[in-house]
Amino acid sequence: MGFLVLLLVFLATFPLYGGVYHVRVLIAVLTFVILAASWAMFSGSTGYMSLAPAAFFGLGIYTMCVLEKELPFLIIIVIGGLVAFAFALLVGLVTLRLKGMYFAIFTFGLVVFMSELINYLEVALRGTHGWHITPLGNTTIFYTMLILAVVTVLAIYFIRRSRLGLAMNSIGGNEDAAEHMGINTTRVKVLTFAISSMFMGAAGVITAPIWIYVNANIAFSTYYSFMPILMAVFGGMGYLYGPIIGAVVFAYLERIVRNEFPDYFMIGFGIILVVVILFLPNGLVGLIQKLQKVGLISKLLNRGKEEQHANT
Amino acid sequence: MPILEGQDVTKYFGGLAAVSHVDFYVDRGEIVGLIGPNGAGKTTLFNLISAALPISAGEIRFKEQKLNGLKPHQICKKGVSRTFQETKVFGNMSVLQNVLVGAFFGSPNRVSGADAAREATQAVDFVGLPAMSATPIQDLTLVNQKRVEVARALATRPELLLLDELMAGLNSTEVSEAMELVTRIRDTGITIFMVEHVMKAIMGICERIMVLHHGEKIAEGTPREIAANKKVIEIYLGEETYAGS
Repeated sequence: MGFLVLLLVFLATFPLYGGVYHVRVLIAVLTFVILAASWAMFSGSTGYMSLAPAAFFGLGIYTMCVLEKELPFLIIIVIGGLVAFAFALLVGLVTLRLKGMYFAIFTFGLVVFMSELINYLEVALRGTHGWHITPLGNTTIFYTMLILAVVTVLAIYFIRRSRLGLAMNSIGGNEDAAEHMGINTTRVKVLTFAISSMFMGAAGVITAPIWIYVNANIAFSTYYSFMPILMAVFGGMGYLYGPIIGAVVFAYLERIVRNEFPDYFMIGFGIILVVVILFLPNGLVGLIQKLQKVGLISKLLNRGKEEQHANT
Repeated sequence: MPILEGQDVTKYFGGLAAVSHVDFYVDRGEIVGLIGPNGAGKTTLFNLISAALPISAGEIRFKEQKLNGLKPHQICKKGVSRTFQETKVFGNMSVLQNVLVGAFFGSPNRVSGADAAREATQAVDFVGLPAMSATPIQDLTLVNQKRVEVARALATRPELLLLDELMAGLNSTEVSEAMELVTRIRDTGITIFMVEHVMKAIMGICERIMVLHHGEKIAEGTPREIAANKKVIEIYLGEETYAGS
């Protein structure tokens, strides 16, 4: 608890001393925390692998493009969330009857479809590709993203503890049995898919004004589908903190390491991921918990203390 | 008045009639057994009652209300609960959490957290697993996982319980324990309809037995009548005895 307060204070005061570059890195980190945590909330617990975060994130970006000059920023964030929520409801009603691989493939197709569709519509309706956006200050974007991240993580925390969370977990455990125990599985899946997409859409709205120019290929880039998933898997998607830790480590490293070693960093990430998937099915958090169970961490700490003791 | 009634119940898989024009009833408070050789359509009939499969023709009524067209979760809320031949537990949860799911979602009214926890704990105690309630369900033996399925079904507060091969794979002590469990469940006022291959159990606790063969009902009666039925001995018991000797 104390740690969380300290962390929040650190984050809230960061722009005062952090410097522009690091503020922007932190914005990216927060964005991925939102995407990874909301992805894991749905896919991690129900077992339905959605490859569509980019579709809802991009929808948020485009909501901002279209409404930027019409409405205040905060209202657009809410609208962006609602647009993603409504779109996910629709998609979910059609596709969440699909099981396993078919759902994953469909959601992947959705991202590609969205970018193609919007490319086509833009040319047909406006005669141009893409949008110019008036950039907002880094500090504004940082604080809005921070607030959205806190809201998202809190919401997921409460959902996981609620009966909706239990229902999602039971669907992940055995969907047939869940249905026979009185759970309207279709409703639970569609609703939670929409809730998780809502956070992604809102994050998209806040991301848009970082850029000066956005088009459908940028907004609906599969990068925003795969990165959050990899982060969640890396951190441990079965836990609340897993995707958050995964996103923090991954997004931060990505920004820093990519600048230092532009040629090697993707190879490095690839190797880390393969190792995590093969040997740490529950991610980093799972590894830490396993070590705690075995008592290795406390043993190591104790040994450290003893050595200190011996030295003095 | 029967609590569960089926009329002309039929299920086709492609052109094959897995269940064919079966009439049946279960009276309140009874323990009714459903037997038949492998592939006779027993589990299919259960799947039709619990709506895991849609019915092709005929009608199933529970407390005089038609069940046709309802979803499994609606049937559960009406008071019909079941276990599965191939256990279907929530592998990512503890024993108590498995049962909590039934307690939370199984009844038509909204159940408070405290009530659900009490209901689940009672059900876990009832099936004799209180010491394991915090254990991950994956760590339990198959026998105990089946017991958890019973507890989970009980936590939904059913009036009718469908048990699909509860005793398959149990040794003779475990069969006796399971028989005692089934009788105790009935004594709490829950009606029981059970598919079973273990003859000792079926003959020992059922008041009435139905026999399915190739999807058709070929006999019905008390255990004594069924044991003496020529047709049944020929197609089912005879085969069993032969296989056993």
